[in-house]
Parts: sequence; structure tokens; C-alpha cells
Amino acid sequence: MVKKEMIAMLLAGGQGSRLGVLTSKVAKPAVSFGSKYRIIDFPLSNCINSGVDTVGVLTQYQPLRLNTHIGIGIPWDLDRNIGGVTVLPPYEKSTNSEWYTGTANAIYQNIAYMETYDPEYVLILSGDHIYKMDYEVMLDFHKQNGAEVTIAVMPVPMEEAKRFGIMITDENRRITDFEEKPANPRSNLASMGIYIFNWKTLKEALLANSEQPGLDFGKHLIPYCHQKGAPLYAYEFNGYWKDVGTLHSFWEANMELIDIVPEFNLYEEYWKIYTKSEILPPQYLSPDSVVEKSIIGEGCEISGQVYNSVIGCGVTIGAGTVVRDSIIMNQTQIGENCELYKAVVAENVEIEDNVKLGIGEAVPNETDPGIYDHDLVTVGERSVIPKGITVGKNSVVFGITTPDDYTDGNLPSGKTLIKAGDKL
Amino acid sequence: MRAIGIILAGGNNHRIKQLTQKRAVCAMPIAGSYRSIDFALSNMSNSHINKVAVLTQYNAGSLNEHLSSSKWWDFGRKQGGLFVQTPAVTAESNAWYRGTADAIAQNLSFLKNSHEPYVVIVSGDCVYKMDYNKVLEYHIEKKADITIVCKDMEPNVNVERFGILKMNEDSRIEEFEEKPVVAKSNTISCGIYVVRRRLLIEMIERCSEEDRYDFVKDILIRYKNQKRIYGYKLKEYWSNIATVDDYFRTNMDFLKPEIRNYFFKQYPDVYSKVDDLPPAKYNVGAKIKNSLISSGCIVNGTVEDSVIFKETYIGSNCYIKNSIILNDVYIGDNTHIENCIVESRGTIRANSYHKGEDGIEIVVEHNDRYSL
Repeated sequence: MVKKEMIAMLLAGGQGSRLGVLTSKVAKPAVSFGSKYRIIDFPLSNCINSGVDTVGVLTQYQPLRLNTHIGIGIPWDLDRNIGGVTVLPPYEKSTNSEWYTGTANAIYQNIAYMETYDPEYVLILSGDHIYKMDYEVMLDFHKQNGAEVTIAVMPVPMEEAKRFGIMITDENRRITDFEEKPANPRSNLASMGIYIFNWKTLKEALLANSEQPGLDFGKHLIPYCHQKGAPLYAYEFNGYWKDVGTLHSFWEANMELIDIVPEFNLYEEYWKIYTKSEILPPQYLSPDSVVEKSIIGEGCEISGQVYNSVIGCGVTIGAGTVVRDSIIMNQTQIGENCELYKAVVAENVEIEDNVKLGIGEAVPNETDPGIYDHDLVTVGERSVIPKGITVGKNSVVFGITTPDDYTDGNLPSGKTLIKAGDKL
Repeated sequence: MRAIGIILAGGNNHRIKQLTQKRAVCAMPIAGSYRSIDFALSNMSNSHINKVAVLTQYNAGSLNEHLSSSKWWDFGRKQGGLFVQTPAVTAESNAWYRGTADAIAQNLSFLKNSHEPYVVIVSGDCVYKMDYNKVLEYHIEKKADITIVCKDMEPNVNVERFGILKMNEDSRIEEFEEKPVVAKSNTISCGIYVVRRRLLIEMIERCSEEDRYDFVKDILIRYKNQKRIYGYKLKEYWSNIATVDDYFRTNMDFLKPEIRNYFFKQYPDVYSKVDDLPPAKYNVGAKIKNSLISSGCIVNGTVEDSVIFKETYIGSNCYIKNSIILNDVYIGDNTHIENCIVESRGTIRANSYHKGEDGIEIVVEHNDRYSL
């Protein structure tokens, strides 16, 4: 007999296009964060730390890295005989095969998975937020109030409220109304995209709305439950929570980790964040190295200078190189005498000697000014930047580039150089 | 697979002093992120030996903790797996392991219940990478009864605490002396043996009938002329850690790029239990020169020519030089540590001064730790 009180469904299929080239080859939840982690490690670790040992991970966009990372769930202790982690990609059916067309549609297509566990409650999570949260406390709140749906919310500054889905509640935290990105918000409680449903309520709502194109929790399912008169409650969360949806917020959230006592503290004993560690050896700092205000992952070899930066695992930084205010992800090799300022360098990149990134006057990006901004320079995974190249601010390099791709060894600020694509 | 493995991990060694007061030699931390036994276990795993027994006795708890799950070395298998055997009271015996041969004798069913034709016996206190299949091939090619892996040490190394061998031109072992007062050669036994399983059972049974307990003395040396015992020369890095000086030197070897490259960058990898620690953090004031820093460390002071193990906190204005700081040590501000090994989980008060004047000092300090 299989029975789980609460199972989690983790939405990890989104591209996260506002992260630019960082998500051109991987789904956003698989993007690395905070040196050794990937974004999905945070909700997965929260699950196991909250006692939720059955997690369905819904994948769709570029799932390879995500699948390898999750495996059978060993790092999160989610390799279970009953339950554990299951990766749920869209699949062909005898009739009506389709991709996941919306957040709730993805859940709808996996009703059979959820029914296997005969749950009382289903926790809906998204794989692109950085936070530590005890879902068990939220479940207690849900039960106490006799709610059918509980939505986690957090107070945001009133002027920012118009960017979020806003919940309006009565004094008992029962939701009376809600608004999606309102011009004049009536409350500052923003939905965090974390829901607990009674399984019966969820199943009924999914079946009733199955024909809705692009079935979405915020747009369709929550309004449907509300109209039906189901008790909806807002669970207020006051801890650290960060949406790393844009390149700048991603960079900022990384940089917050290097504060003396960061608001989001990875060094606490009692709420560990787990990840798949592929590289075990310690890091080596050479006699000429300088490292200040930085976090550095396992197996790095640092011979240069690193200030205010987040460095992944297995990174090499050559002698004479200066890295400042930057994010360098796993296995990237940086040559000698380079300079990197506010660079976001993805995994397995090769930067040859004397390369300078983030130099010159800031100019808005020519192709995606909304993505590549705040003077960041972004380098996509597996890129190569040849010797002596200088790259400006708000610019992006992706692919195996040669000196011919640059004019006079230079890529000015605001330029986009993308050589890689879906072709292999 | 053609062989099963036995890792001898029971020993204590007074030459490593206070450091084994709370752990077995095989559980000694190595190179920042590993334990001594990880090397033998990873070698077994990488040699596709799927069934391995670890025979442990002295301070077995430390080792059991490390081996609480066998999955890190890929031994979580239906066929084979990792068997950690401590002495047990049985119908036949209530003795401790009285020696290496006795340890095997008390676990003879492990040998008898296997079907693989060969056994690879290794000790768990050595740091090296090796494909045991190469020794096995050599063993078969030489039609040997027992093959002993051995190594020519540098002339300046004191080899008197090892087994000393002398081979003829065919590599057959002619002389074998255990821990001689004066060594006659520089070829030492690495404590790695390959032997046919049935022969081993036979020799062990005979040994225990005669109340003999030591594998080297009562089997290797005693059978030296009766059996075909061959030596296999190991050319690559190999180091035994069972004295304070060797332990210190072995850890410091990892500051050399070629050693790190050999162990960490080249196939195959060395595995260890994953600790889920955050990345190392360097605050303002951190100055690190020629050192290894492990995950979970927070550094505020100066570290030179040292190996810092996991989860160590180094306070502001500290000066750590030519030292080894074991796991989870808290070092208060303004502390000076030079030529020391600091025992794990220690708490060193601010403004302390430790310097090994002639040789390496072992620092064991357990003060109250203030933590949030």
C-alpha cells in the first residue's frame, strides 16, 4: 500500500529567456548558482529538509543537464524505494499528445503520477527561486485553517507590488481577492508561486479546466477555485526569497552570498543545501594569489587575483589575472594576465591569455537591451575567447570564437557575438 | 570479476601519536577532502572489484561513520558490495583480531562464500592510485602463488618500519624481513597482495590451527621458500601515513602541482563521502599563499604553505604557516600556528601561539566554542 501525505510537483520546464545565453543550452533550474549549486538545489533541498520525500520534477526545455544533475536523487537523499524523485517529461499519448502548454497543464498531464501516491496534499513549486522554507510549517498552516488552497506570499515594497501577482486577504489571512500585476495594488502580499492544494480540489480543478489552452495556475486554476468558493489562504513568508529571473537579479543574488554574514547564509548547519558534487578535492591557492571577499568551489587552481566574486568548482585562474565582481561557473579555464570586471562566465568556457572583459564606456546592448544590462558582460557555456581580445560592457559572447570574429581584437560595449546555436 | 578485495583497516600505530586517539589510522584525513581508506576503496572500485571486505577493529567507530553508506565508492550493489567487519563473538571464538591473518581467519566465510578465483589484500593506510588488475595479470603471467606489490624507496628514506624485500632477476622474492633493525635493501612491501582464493583459505586455516596470527610473519615469510612469491614493482606515487612525519609529508605533497595533477586531474578519480558543505569563503583580510583550502572553510587571516581541511574557521589576523588543520577547527583571532597539526573539532582561543620547534607539534585543544 502506497500512501504519502504530501507530495511535491516541481515545475522545471521553463527556459528563463531573460537569463540570455545562460539558458540557451540548459533549463533555468539547472543554471549554476552560488559557486557549487544549481538553482533547483534550493527547492529540492527544501523538500527533503521539510520531510517531503516524493518529488515529481516536470521538465521540458533542454532537460539534459537537469536530468544528469538529478539522476536518481542521491545528493538530496531522494533515492527512495517508495517515492523519491521522478523526472516527468511530456510524453506521447494515444490521443492528444502535446507539450506542456502551461504550468497547470503540466500538472494535469501527470495526474496519473500523483495518484500513485494517494496524497492528501500536493505542493506546487517552481524551480527558479533561491530561498529556504519549511513546507511543513506551511502545511500546518493549511490544515489549521481548513484551507483547500494555500498560497505562499511575501510582503514586498508597495511600489514594487505592481510587478507581482498580489493577494488581498482578510484579517484571518483568507484570500478575498487577487490581482495580476495591478497598476494600483491594494495589498503588498506578492505570490511566490508556491501552492499547497488539497489533492481532491486540485484534481477536480484540473479536470474541469483541462480544455483551457495554456492552463496556468495564476491565470486559471486559482481564479477557478476562488469562484467556486473554496477557502483560499495566504501563508506569509518573511525569510530570504529571491527570484533570479533576470541576469541582473541573478548576478546580484550571487554577490549577496559574499557578504560577511550574508542574508542568505549557506553556512548554517541546520538547513543544508545539497547538490551533486562532481569535484571533491580542495582548492589550491598559489603563492602569488590574492583572494578577497569571495567564495570559491572545490578543485579550483587560483594563481591570479580574485575580488568580490563567486567562483565555481574546478576553475583555473592563471597568474596575473584579475577577476572582480564576477561570477565564474564550473570548469571554466582563464589564462594569464586577463582582466574580468562584472563578468558572468558560464560553465566550461576557455578564456585565453590577455583577454579583457567589461572594459570601456557602457552602451545599451544592441539586440537585447532588456537582458544584457547593468554593465555586465556575459559569456555563454563552452565558449572560447582567443588571446588578447577586449570585450566591452553590456555585451555578450557565445560560441567558439576566433580572432576573425572581432575587429582589431575588440568587441565594443553593447555588442552581441553569438556563434553557437541549436546546431551542433 | 576475477577478484574480491580485503582492506586491512584494523590497526593502531603509536607512531602517529595522539592523532589516533579517536580514530583508526585508515580514517586519517588526507589532502583536505579525503580519508586514508578512500584511496584503497577507490582503487578497488576503479579496478572493478565489486565485493570488498573492510576488516576494522581499533577505533572502528570513526571508520564506520565514514563508511556509513557504500554508495560514494559505488559499492551500493546487489552483487557484491562493501562489508565492514569488526570482531564478533561467535560460537567458535570470542577473541579480538589478534593479527592480520587472524582477522582474515575470523572472516573466512567471506572468502568461502565467494566464487571469484583471486583475492586482493591491501592495507588502508596508504595513499596511492593503482589498477589492481595489472597486478593480477602479472600474478597470472608469473604463475605466482602470492604477488606482493613493492616499491624502491629513495636512498634517504628510513625504511626500517616496513617489510624489506629482496628479489632475484625473475622478480621472485628471495628475502623478506619485517621491520629489520638494519635494512639490507631499499625495496619495501607496499602491503598489497594478490593471492588465489583457495590457496589463501588453505594457508589461513593452517595458520589458525597453529595459533599463528600474522599475515606477514606467519604466511609470507614462513612460506617464502615453499611458495612462489613474486614482487610487482610500483613506479607511481605511493605513501604510507602511519607516522606523524609521513602523515605530514604526505599531506604536504599535495601542494605540489604534479601530485595534484596525478591524483585529482587524471583518470581515475578518488572518491569520498560527500559532505554537502558550502564553498570556501574568503573575507576581507584573507591572505593565502601556496595552500589547499577545503569546502566549508571561512578564512579571515593569513595561511601559508598549509593544508586546511573542511569546515575550518580561521579568525582575523591569524598566521598559519606550514601546518595541517584538520576538519572543523575553530581558530580564534590573532592566533599564530606554525609547524603544527591541529586535531579536528578543536577550538583554539584567540591570541594563542603554537609553534613546532623541532619537528611537528600536534595541537589538541578543546575549548568551549561560542557559536550562533
